[in-house]
Amino acid sequence: MADLATYAFTGIGLFFFVAGTIGLLRFPDVFSRLHALTKADNLGLGFITLGVAFQVETWREIALLALIWALTLLAAGTVSQLVARVALREQNKR
Amino acid sequence: MTLWLPFVALGVLATLAGALLRVWRGPERADRMMGAQLVGTGGVAVLVLLAPVQGWAALDVALTLALLAALAAVGFVKASSPDGAGDPEEDEPPTTDPRSASEKADG
Repeated sequence: MADLATYAFTGIGLFFFVAGTIGLLRFPDVFSRLHALTKADNLGLGFITLGVAFQVETWREIALLALIWALTLLAAGTVSQLVARVALREQNKR
Repeated sequence: MTLWLPFVALGVLATLAGALLRVWRGPERADRMMGAQLVGTGGVAVLVLLAPVQGWAALDVALTLALLAALAAVGFVKASSPDGAGDPEEDEPPTTDPRSASEKADG
């Protein structure tokens, strides 16, 4: 049963990862690419982390997985704001 | 399980190739930084996927990589502001700042 959940969630995670990357490549504008990158890839990482969490034996791994995903979410939110501000300033400068 | 997880990790590596394509083609510096950030996130995903196959040691590495990827973007942002202080809030660098004066000098 746990294996089935792992198959399902990692598959969904891979789908969102690929969707985020296709969005990163195909979108016309810097900010829409940033939007796709930050949201879809982190959702993909979240599903992959959830899928792997079903294979866990001890509590340490679950704590590590939750910490990884939480920190990645925080980092991605902050970093996308900063990069968008830099891109906006460079566009205004031109 | 030991076959499916590496297969999904391979898929995530394919998305890393997409990120490198964005780094190569990206018109602006911000696009290249986004590609680098995707490489960081993709690396974390690959490590998390391969962790159950090789005894969960890769989880600590994934945690470290997740933190360092954020610092790389902070480095990019701090390098792009005129006087290097990297305060995104500032509009114009203070005129008395010697650094901006020298920048005006060399055009």
